[in-house]
Amino acid sequence: MRHIISVLVENEFGALSRIAGLFSARGYNIESLNVAPTQDDSMSRMTIVTSGTDDVIEQITKQLNKLIDVIKLTDLTESAHIEREMMLIKVAATGAERRDEVKRLVDIFRGKVMDVTDSAFTIEVTGAASKLDAFSATLGEEGVIEVVRSGPLGIGRGDKALQL
Amino acid sequence: MELSGGQIIVESLKSEGVEFVFGYPGGSVLHIYDALSQQDDVKHVLVRHEQGATHAADGYARCTGKPGVVLVTSGPGATNAVTGIATAYTDSIPMVVLTGQVPLKFVGSDAFQECDSVGITRPIVKHNLMVKRVEDLGAALKKAFHIATTGRPGPVVVDIPKNITDPSIKVAFDYPTSVDIRSYRPAIKGHSGQIRKAAELLLAAKRPILYVGGGVVQGNASEELRALAARLGMPVTCTLMGLGAYPGKGEHSIGMLGMHGTYEANMAMHEADVILSAGARFDDRVTGELDKFAPYAKIAHIDVDPSSISKTVKADIPIVGQMQPVLEEMLRILDEIGHKAPDTEQLKPWWEQVARWQALDCLSYTVKDKILPQQVIETLYKVTNGDAIITSDVGQHQMFAAQYYQFNRPRQWLNSGGLGTMGFGLPAAIGAQLAFPDSQVACVTGEASIMMCIQELSTALQYKTPVKVINLNNRYMGMVRQWQEMFYDKRYSMSYVEALPDLVTMAESFGHIGIRVTKPEDLEAAMQKAFVEHKDRLVFMDIEIDQEVNVYPMIANGKGHHEMLLSPKQAEATNAEPRDLA
Repeated sequence: MRHIISVLVENEFGALSRIAGLFSARGYNIESLNVAPTQDDSMSRMTIVTSGTDDVIEQITKQLNKLIDVIKLTDLTESAHIEREMMLIKVAATGAERRDEVKRLVDIFRGKVMDVTDSAFTIEVTGAASKLDAFSATLGEEGVIEVVRSGPLGIGRGDKALQL
Repeated sequence: MELSGGQIIVESLKSEGVEFVFGYPGGSVLHIYDALSQQDDVKHVLVRHEQGATHAADGYARCTGKPGVVLVTSGPGATNAVTGIATAYTDSIPMVVLTGQVPLKFVGSDAFQECDSVGITRPIVKHNLMVKRVEDLGAALKKAFHIATTGRPGPVVVDIPKNITDPSIKVAFDYPTSVDIRSYRPAIKGHSGQIRKAAELLLAAKRPILYVGGGVVQGNASEELRALAARLGMPVTCTLMGLGAYPGKGEHSIGMLGMHGTYEANMAMHEADVILSAGARFDDRVTGELDKFAPYAKIAHIDVDPSSISKTVKADIPIVGQMQPVLEEMLRILDEIGHKAPDTEQLKPWWEQVARWQALDCLSYTVKDKILPQQVIETLYKVTNGDAIITSDVGQHQMFAAQYYQFNRPRQWLNSGGLGTMGFGLPAAIGAQLAFPDSQVACVTGEASIMMCIQELSTALQYKTPVKVINLNNRYMGMVRQWQEMFYDKRYSMSYVEALPDLVTMAESFGHIGIRVTKPEDLEAAMQKAFVEHKDRLVFMDIEIDQEVNVYPMIANGKGHHEMLLSPKQAEATNAEPRDLA
């Protein structure tokens, strides 16, 4: 099953490679990983999307917790949470009909056209990973020139937070 | 106080009460060596290869419980130390390794003797870091010692660029008296409710067993474990790493378990209805085939490292905490329940069953006209009154030492159980002998393993460590040969060691005493000579043993505890069919 694990780590040299190394050394899946500073600049927050049986996920969280640089973590998928991912996608669009169709799709998916040339659109779409998948599927494989995705970010619902 | 980086390192080591630093100098650590030379409190032990430094520090740490300290230079100094760091990591041994590094401004430029030591050692350390400002050095060392010695112990590498120890740069220094790391708060006390549940489970059990691992040794909880065993009156089995935590000849001991464990220990694990695992990690060499492991048992598992619990075998009652407070709490709960002594009536049928297994006498062997390795270990036990510190290398000799030397106390048996590092034994013995100069220290080894760190014979001469090397010489890599005999139709691919040196004259050329023994009748006298007459010298006993002896019992790959291979002699006498206990 797919899990989103949010990890607060010390903002120290090597913390990222420690975590990436743990996943490769122990053979855990890693679908995406992103990392950026938090409101407290001594800490970074990582969002790791992984998958595995309950036993594997339990080991992943225990092994992460064992790393000295890891301050705290939570498996967001255990409770209500919000998941968002950003995609920048460049689509070939020539001919009035195709260009109109792309613009309609952008509206339906509540995306934004960020850049236009006479042969292409660059579009920003944000949402759950499944929505981004659906958007690129709808555009059709042929038209897509380039795709960049941030990997999911997640945060728990309600007033509880992953903090010190 | 204004000090240079080199002086800060020396003062920090003093503050930590470090007696010995095991190391080897080189360009990046010259400033540190210069600072070391100007004081007498911290003694430096010069090894002949950095692997030896790590194993010697490791041996020192294993037998004292104090952290081992290593100092090596950058590049090859650090890479040579890697095997020893990994060895300590796998067995949870506290160690602080200081690696020199090229000056910070050259880091990343492929400078002479540069390598990414932090990167290379990352997966084999509890933690590592590079110090980037001399002002941070003291705090970094404090943190390193704290992390290495608390929670589940392990090695910590501190990488120190050369400019940090520049003698011309002095900064104010006070060694921190305490350390608080917000991201590192290891568990101490276990959950009392869980401990009570485990105690109740044990008291209700009809076929209970205590399964004791290295965590009891490293957690200094042997006394509490013994008290618990006496109180509960249950069979106790120790892992390779746990030997000595409960005395081998103790009332409730049924020997080591696992791949080369005793028949009674493995059968008891298989048929147990409750297992209390204390500081053991259900390693594959212990469990055999997981699907067949302990099919009738409820499992309570005490470990300081939560990731060791339910990693390979699901625990019914997990208890996370340091061994000593957890066992103390269990004893307190037993007091509270009013359980003062074993329920001998309830356990009688179980002990009767255990006695039937013990009657097989699975470690007995038939004496021949050649020396048998089992005989050597039994003679060693006799000559040393079972009191020596024993180190070993890896292979058949290690298993024979584990099976036949009945370890009486924790920290008496030092071996590379987890990583299985050939070459560990001799340097570890030197470290142990330095820690306990008046104790008998023997390194049980084989002619293949000993060659892997043979250069440390020179260190042993320099520091006058009168280690006794007990070399079981069968001209084979014995364990490799055993597997090839059993599973590769006796195709002995590369397991015969050709062109061996004359180990007796080799030892003599290193300035030691060499003794060759070839006949069983000479064995005891020769060993007496080594331990008594040459008490103060390193003696290399090259003992020619029967070439094709196998280690039994054995659990082959894919087999369960109840499916042991027994020696031909015992295989006839037993019916190892599992009984239906469900």
